[in-house]
Amino acid sequence: MADNTDTCLVVPLYNEGSVVGDVISAALAVFPRIVVVDDGSSDDSAAVARRAGALVVEHPLNLGQGAALQTGFEAARLLGAEYVVTFDADGQHRTDDAAAMVERLRQDDADVVLGSRFLDGRTRPGALKQAVLKAAVLYSNLTTGVRLTDTHNGLRALNATALATLRIRQNRMAHASEIIEQIGRSGLRWVEHPVHIVYSDYSRSKGQSVLNAVNIVTEQLYR
Amino acid sequence: MLIKVLLLLAIAVVVVLSLRAPAGARHLAVRRVSVTGFAALAVLSVLFPDAWNAVAQVVGVGRGTDLLLYGLIVVFLGYLVTSYRRFRDLEGQITRLARRLALDEVADDLRPARVPGSDGDPPSEGTPGPRTRPGAA
Repeated sequence: MADNTDTCLVVPLYNEGSVVGDVISAALAVFPRIVVVDDGSSDDSAAVARRAGALVVEHPLNLGQGAALQTGFEAARLLGAEYVVTFDADGQHRTDDAAAMVERLRQDDADVVLGSRFLDGRTRPGALKQAVLKAAVLYSNLTTGVRLTDTHNGLRALNATALATLRIRQNRMAHASEIIEQIGRSGLRWVEHPVHIVYSDYSRSKGQSVLNAVNIVTEQLYR
Repeated sequence: MLIKVLLLLAIAVVVVLSLRAPAGARHLAVRRVSVTGFAALAVLSVLFPDAWNAVAQVVGVGRGTDLLLYGLIVVFLGYLVTSYRRFRDLEGQITRLARRLALDEVADDLRPARVPGSDGDPPSEGTPGPRTRPGAA
């Protein structure tokens, strides 16, 4: 289905009111079904996303991005979606990458298609960010048995099998590692797909603190 | 020195337990036994204050009060990590509750699109049960 009506875009949203409207409007042109999970934003994010045309599920309080994704997965399941794409609300991800990833699921290349910004030279993160990301990749490859080039990429595409298998319990940022761990344990077929991450001034200003790596490792150990 | 070995061992045990402690009834029982033991120890300390000094001599610490302080630090560390675990469990429960609320709020919009014969289904039933999947380990 080239019109992507079999696909549900899951967008975790937290205080992105200034950009989410444009992101949703643009994405709707490619993916007509979008579930936005507003994670207790204190601004008007949820209203903006709803006006832009997304189905908005609102957490009554802020739980974290991992929790928002899991809520989105359950919503997508209830909607009977054949494919699910996890997509950031801040405009970092490109819809044509997402569409290409869903196409690979339709070809049955894999159950999970994981975006990677390091498969080609298009994405240029800063030196420190690159070092931290590489360290995360090394750690993840050693501990999960799934060998990836980019472990903390928010752009992923899942088919119904993967959707029924994955269950995110890490509420905050450790969910990225958790997803990979579950892929490794469950024997889902996975493949990486080169994507371009758009580091705008906006996304850079909101970006993850490098210190967050400490939180992620702690959350993984003390689960 | 014996005290160093004992204290390091105790700290190690606390850390290991915090990583792999089983939740549920067994965990609760251990907590209750610990509290009872703690109370018994407190009673004994009041009745026989010199006992701490004697024990301190045996393990190679100067005074009973020092030994008490060391013990307190280990217990506090244990308290810290078990509290963290309980906090995480609680957080998981709040998450499930909040998710249920959020999804129920839009239940009418969350029915499969374009499925013939699905119009008779009540919103809360007839949907695939997301909470009883076999992969939910």
